[in-house]
Amino acid sequence: MAKTELNRKIDTETEVEDSTNLNGTLASVMILGAILIITWVGLYMLFLSR
Amino acid sequence: MNIQAKLKVDPRDGKLAMAHFYVFIVALAIGGLAGLLQTFVRSGKFELPFGIGYYQLLTLHGVVLALVMTTFFIMGFLHAVVSKTAGTYTNRQRTLAWISFALLTIGTIMAAIMILLNEASVLYTFYAPLQAHAVFYIGLTLVVVGSWVGSAAVFMKYGEWRKANPGQSSPLLTFMAVITLMMWDIATIGVATTVLFQILPWSLGLVETINVGLSRTLFWYFGHPLVYFWLLPAYMVWYAIIPKIIGGKIFSDSLARLSFVLLLFFSIPVGLHHQLVEPGIDPAWKFIQVILTFLVVIPSLMTAFSLFATFESYGRSKGAKGLFGWFKKLPWGDARFTIPFIGMLGFIPGGAGGIVNASHQMNQLVHNTIWITGHFHMTVAFAVILTFYGVAYWLIPHLTGRILTKKMNKLAMIQGITWTIGMLFMSSSMHIQGLLGGPRRSAFSEYGGAAQAAEWIPYQIAQAVGGSILFISIILMVYVFINLAFFAPKGEQEFPVGEVAKGAEKTPLVFDNWKLWLGISAILIVFAYTLPLIDLIQNAPPGSKGFKLW
Amino acid sequence: MHMHKFEKIWLIFGFGALLVFLTVIGVSAFYLGNQPPSCLATIDPEKVDTTAPFNEPGLKKVEGKEWDYELVFVASAFSYSPARVEVPLGAKVKVIATSKDVMHGFQAAGTNVNMMLEPGYISEVVTTFKNPGEFLIVCNEYCGVGHHMMHSMIEVVE
Ligand SMILES: [Cu+2]
Repeated sequence: MAKTELNRKIDTETEVEDSTNLNGTLASVMILGAILIITWVGLYMLFLSR
Repeated sequence: MNIQAKLKVDPRDGKLAMAHFYVFIVALAIGGLAGLLQTFVRSGKFELPFGIGYYQLLTLHGVVLALVMTTFFIMGFLHAVVSKTAGTYTNRQRTLAWISFALLTIGTIMAAIMILLNEASVLYTFYAPLQAHAVFYIGLTLVVVGSWVGSAAVFMKYGEWRKANPGQSSPLLTFMAVITLMMWDIATIGVATTVLFQILPWSLGLVETINVGLSRTLFWYFGHPLVYFWLLPAYMVWYAIIPKIIGGKIFSDSLARLSFVLLLFFSIPVGLHHQLVEPGIDPAWKFIQVILTFLVVIPSLMTAFSLFATFESYGRSKGAKGLFGWFKKLPWGDARFTIPFIGMLGFIPGGAGGIVNASHQMNQLVHNTIWITGHFHMTVAFAVILTFYGVAYWLIPHLTGRILTKKMNKLAMIQGITWTIGMLFMSSSMHIQGLLGGPRRSAFSEYGGAAQAAEWIPYQIAQAVGGSILFISIILMVYVFINLAFFAPKGEQEFPVGEVAKGAEKTPLVFDNWKLWLGISAILIVFAYTLPLIDLIQNAPPGSKGFKLW
Repeated sequence: MHMHKFEKIWLIFGFGALLVFLTVIGVSAFYLGNQPPSCLATIDPEKVDTTAPFNEPGLKKVEGKEWDYELVFVASAFSYSPARVEVPLGAKVKVIATSKDVMHGFQAAGTNVNMMLEPGYISEVVTTFKNPGEFLIVCNEYCGVGHHMMHSMIEVVE
């Protein structure tokens, strides 16, 4: 999807952005990911048990 | 755009949007009352008066809330947002939008009359070969056509903006409105096809039988994007309006656009995941659409990250420390933020359940059980509707030249939290009852005294408790709405439009390349649907006559 | 278009989880044969009563097949035939069903037997009844005013 064209102009900003402190965001989405996995695995087990 | 951002929505466009919102609030009240009575009936302790049928009421609930209330709110909201961010409508655009409103309203009234006359107790999915009165289908067709006319107004405004601002990236909210309506227009082709070419001729008696499998598949080609038509406006609010309300910045304009483009791609060629346990469709095609369904999860994962990042960045800019210190810095007293935020949280269990539903053979665990009802009440009636309430709190006073007072804000908080409690009660008991095998769309029944059915009844009573709390919330919402529309003090209520941080990278122009997006979307749809549809036509069984079993 | 490194980590993680889910259900479906009910056979909905095997609803022992029994159901507004049936514990059973009129559901509550019945199509699912007891069959697709009265019962006996 036209990625090459998009990637060209951004390099200058990269370092600034990666230094943004988003530790809490990463922790939050990982909790969300855990909820998704627990729900799915739990219901798959229920499916297998029936 | 910056000049536009300071302006109020033009009063003429404001009037247009408000017309939609009046229908929204009436639909909410009527549909909500129907829902309340349903939960009462299902508790086993109440019978409907005046010869009203349970399924007649259920049809009313589904049509009025899922089709009418949502469509009116969304069209009103999109007109307001586009007028605000791309500029006041021209007379021609506004005329189109009013024609759209008229068609939506006339269609709604036609369908509603047929439901009230008990000529259309077929539920809002109107699966053939149950056959309603032709006027019911014509009414629904007018609703769809009305939404097409309304989207034409938005597309015209967008085109006009592009012409006037060559080489610039379109306003984010307008871009999102265009994606939402493109997706909707492409999706509604499916339902329009089955209604115009199959169901209408058959209900008018012009043809005797109908291809049921084909009709269902065309319906679900529309039915899944329908739920994204509800969700995308909520995502618009979360991405581009909530940051302004809390005083922060949009995390990334480009990533927001990217996720909307992905939603356009993957919300349509996935309808078979509603038909996973039905005959006549090869399981390999079902699985291909299951894969595409899983891909539509990706933009939602991106959305979750962006939202948390917006909140964390804002909190840290206010001096928050530690891993979760930023959480406390958010404006918890502000209903415009807090109520949609609760909606966002509700989308987490909603999304988790959705992945389970779409997991191919695992669908047997939940298909058509009341788990499904619990699921879409969590996503639409909780995540999306709480967000719409959050919009109403500021958009209605903005459009009527009034303000949301501190006192009304407090009442709005109570209203949203009441909704939260009621829906948690109702939805969680539906989820559990569904896993125990309780069916959806069913009046109270003891199923011949079966022990399993007896286990379901306590959950149905919990649903009635939830339904009652929800209805209290609706009464509060009607009160807040009337106050904001007619009685709140005159003033200037802000229309919050999010901005990106200073020095943020420029949004690539490729996002306004519609040939590319529509082309990819078309390829995906053709790939996912051509062979299953040919199969359903070529290997069709003898058609079905119409039945009126209510 | 820049993406924060944490977002990349998150998306790779999420994508990986989805891929694992898809692999698990894909292998189970295509290699172990646990496909959702997707029978492609058709039938004239007006001639169900005279078409085999629906002319004789109920349980039948079969030989030389991957399953031991065939359990045939005919659905019509608002009942199933048979209204009650006994199945031996641990038997591998192919459930075969169809509708004589409108869409119906067919779910044995508490089991994975859950499929749509569509006029003109035959629905099939193979299952092993692992637990003894009564399993209520409910119609879980709206079919008319008596929809909630439509049920049957499978009794799994030793
Ligand atoms: Cu039925």
